[in-house]
Amino acid sequence: MMNPSQGRGLGSGGGSSSGRNKGGEAVVEMFPSGLRVLVVDDDPTCLMILERMLRTCLYEVTKCNRAEMALSLLRKNKHGFDIVISDVHMPDMDGFKLLEHVGLEMDLPVIMMSADDSKSVVLKGVTHGAVDYLIKPVRMEALKNIWQHVVRKRRSEWSVPEHSGSIEETGQQQQQRGPAVSEDAADDNASSVNNEGNNWRSSSNNSRKRKEEEGDEQGDEDASNLKKPRVVWSVELHQQFVAAVNQLGVEKAVPKKILELMNVPGLTRENVASHLQKYRIYLRRLGGVSQHQGNLNNSFMTGQDASFGPLSSLNGFDLQALAVTGQLPAQSLAQLQAAGLGRPAMVSKSGLPVSSVVDERSIFSFDNSKPRFGDGIGGHQTQQPQMNLLHGVPTGMEPRQLAGLQQQLPVGGNRMSIQQQIAAVRAGHSGMLMPQQQPFPRGPPSIRQPMLPNRITERSGFSGRSSVPESSRVLPTSYTNLATQQHSSTSVAFNSFQQELPVNSFPLPSAPGLSVPAQVRKPLSSSSSYQEEVNSSEAGFTAPSYDMFSNRHNDWDLRSIAFDAHQDAESVAFSNSEAFSFSSMSRNNNNNATVAATDLGRNQQQTLSGMVPHHQVYGNGGGGGSSVRVKSERDTAAMAFHEQYSNQEDLMSALLKQEGVAPVVDTEFDFDAYSIDDIPV
Amino acid sequence: MQRQVALIKQSLFDQKIIIRTQMEKYMQGYLDEQFVELEELQDDANPNFVEEVATLYFKDSARLISNIEQALERGSFDFNRLDNYMHQFKGSSTSIGASKVKTECTMFREYCRVGNAEGCLRTFKQLKKEHATLRKKLEQYFQASK
Repeated sequence: MMNPSQGRGLGSGGGSSSGRNKGGEAVVEMFPSGLRVLVVDDDPTCLMILERMLRTCLYEVTKCNRAEMALSLLRKNKHGFDIVISDVHMPDMDGFKLLEHVGLEMDLPVIMMSADDSKSVVLKGVTHGAVDYLIKPVRMEALKNIWQHVVRKRRSEWSVPEHSGSIEETGQQQQQRGPAVSEDAADDNASSVNNEGNNWRSSSNNSRKRKEEEGDEQGDEDASNLKKPRVVWSVELHQQFVAAVNQLGVEKAVPKKILELMNVPGLTRENVASHLQKYRIYLRRLGGVSQHQGNLNNSFMTGQDASFGPLSSLNGFDLQALAVTGQLPAQSLAQLQAAGLGRPAMVSKSGLPVSSVVDERSIFSFDNSKPRFGDGIGGHQTQQPQMNLLHGVPTGMEPRQLAGLQQQLPVGGNRMSIQQQIAAVRAGHSGMLMPQQQPFPRGPPSIRQPMLPNRITERSGFSGRSSVPESSRVLPTSYTNLATQQHSSTSVAFNSFQQELPVNSFPLPSAPGLSVPAQVRKPLSSSSSYQEEVNSSEAGFTAPSYDMFSNRHNDWDLRSIAFDAHQDAESVAFSNSEAFSFSSMSRNNNNNATVAATDLGRNQQQTLSGMVPHHQVYGNGGGGGSSVRVKSERDTAAMAFHEQYSNQEDLMSALLKQEGVAPVVDTEFDFDAYSIDDIPV
Repeated sequence: MQRQVALIKQSLFDQKIIIRTQMEKYMQGYLDEQFVELEELQDDANPNFVEEVATLYFKDSARLISNIEQALERGSFDFNRLDNYMHQFKGSSTSIGASKVKTECTMFREYCRVGNAEGCLRTFKQLKKEHATLRKKLEQYFQASK
């Protein structure tokens, strides 16, 4: 799957430099020349010979005759080396001990060497995790190929941290990497989400960096993901899944291929198969409005926090169905659900938004189905009066706005705002953004675009902020944009927005959904990271957006973003909040998304009103024309939302954090736990 | 005139090759392919690489030899420690391509493993002899190469 988050390392071939800034850049070009080797051996003769040999291989050599010194060197310069070669027998420290330390602390590949060729020692090297064992005398031929270990390790790092750390992490990472990521992403567009692929260095660096950088926000997610023994279909993961399915075609998608596309380490075919089954059931239940939508829902569901969960199940079922059918925008659904739950209506949760996210195009149907939604929603609405806001928000809520919303949104407090925002974003597409206050029946047709504004407005109204209206619009849009633009672009856009538009912290671009809010709060500074996040989340989430995402990553440049998706910009803007979902949509349409996102960001800052139109741009995905856009808006929003789901979680967390709330997003929105159970599949 | 110079040069060159070949024969058995590998590492940027390595080796190995000697003289025969020393010695000897020295090292370690003190002593004596011989030969070798 193309992970927008490629920033993670995928796709951006050029990213290598981004990933590996420490001298990695140069290396990348001439790889394997310039490989930075640290040689540790107490034997000065050996050391001298090795150094000479390595230099002949055009590697950068640092020699060390004491293990302690080597460790301190490594610690001081964490990313200063690519590989370590160490002797087994050393006076001050056992070589294997050093091996362990390096593996744990720096996670660098370590080659052991010794004059001792007894099997037991070689085995010890293997069990301690050495990537290779050389017998002295070491020959040049043996040293010439040590770079393979670096590449190998990097490749697995990319995948592993992303998944282990939870997709959100990856997404975030990607977002963080932002520009850098895009480069990477570019390289590995083709590779699966986790493959940082091309830039062996950047990727690994990126992944490492990401892991390091992301730490906080994703901490929760990562931890939770990492610790979960079973496969947790997080929003991001689900997005990836959905993207893969979309790519293959829902009907034709088979677990094996999906698994391949997703390329999530640790994920088994069985996991995918069972998930696919549930997903199919869900889609069927939704009336097959659009499988994409269903995806959205799913993703939403995943991303939504626990609070949504129940709601989702309650209302999600109907809502989702509605959403799927396009009647009830995913966002609305989310809202409804949220409302029902009494919690912030995470769009994702309701599933509707999700669906919108999933299928930009299909989301369009939201408009049509709007009326229905209204019906369905009505009932739900009562349940979640305010939740909807968020659900629908994704579309245009600018991150800032979202953040603002969050703050202001009385409902559910911060959380609500975030969720609502997210929901808004999600629902943005369908205009379901309907603020919490109002139930869906905003007027289905207008949902999409009008919805956006409406939503936003409502949201704002909800939040009691006048500014909110616009912002909410913006938020969703931004999300959407993000989503539509292709996650990457979204994030990029977002980031760029943030950068360019200080206010724009609309995280949409960067972080699908969740991340958006967070981003909102932290404009600029977080934008980049956010973008990375968004990118990653987007990437994970929606297939279409993947492209965009990755592209976006690559073109962090606002200009490009803006340029690309002018149309998308609209949607992007709209989808900022929905970016999550849309990004996926728009991802495909990289161009659009980026532009949209950019525009979105801009719009957001400048004119919220402008957002509305952008909302339409959702379609960024490049979606066919305005209609698509409109759809995409919703979809994007939803999709973006979805896509951003993972991001959203982050976003939400970020938002929440900003708000002063703990990264509740996750829990509240239940983003990460994509609980299929919640989905009335 | 120039031709004569060229011829002289050529002959000198040939002589150098001859000497070198002889030296190689002289060194045969004492040095293995590893030494050749080291020579291959030598280039214009590092013209004296092999000699530098050899110098370093002898300096370091002298240290090791004296350590071992002290350990043996103590009479306590800490085989573990002796083995450790010898391991290091073997490592560097192998790296430089000192084949005969390496053989002695292996034997010494074997005696250490079985706890044969006398075997250790005997082997060590032999080892020192080989080591000294190698040193002399290499010195001559480098002299001739210059």
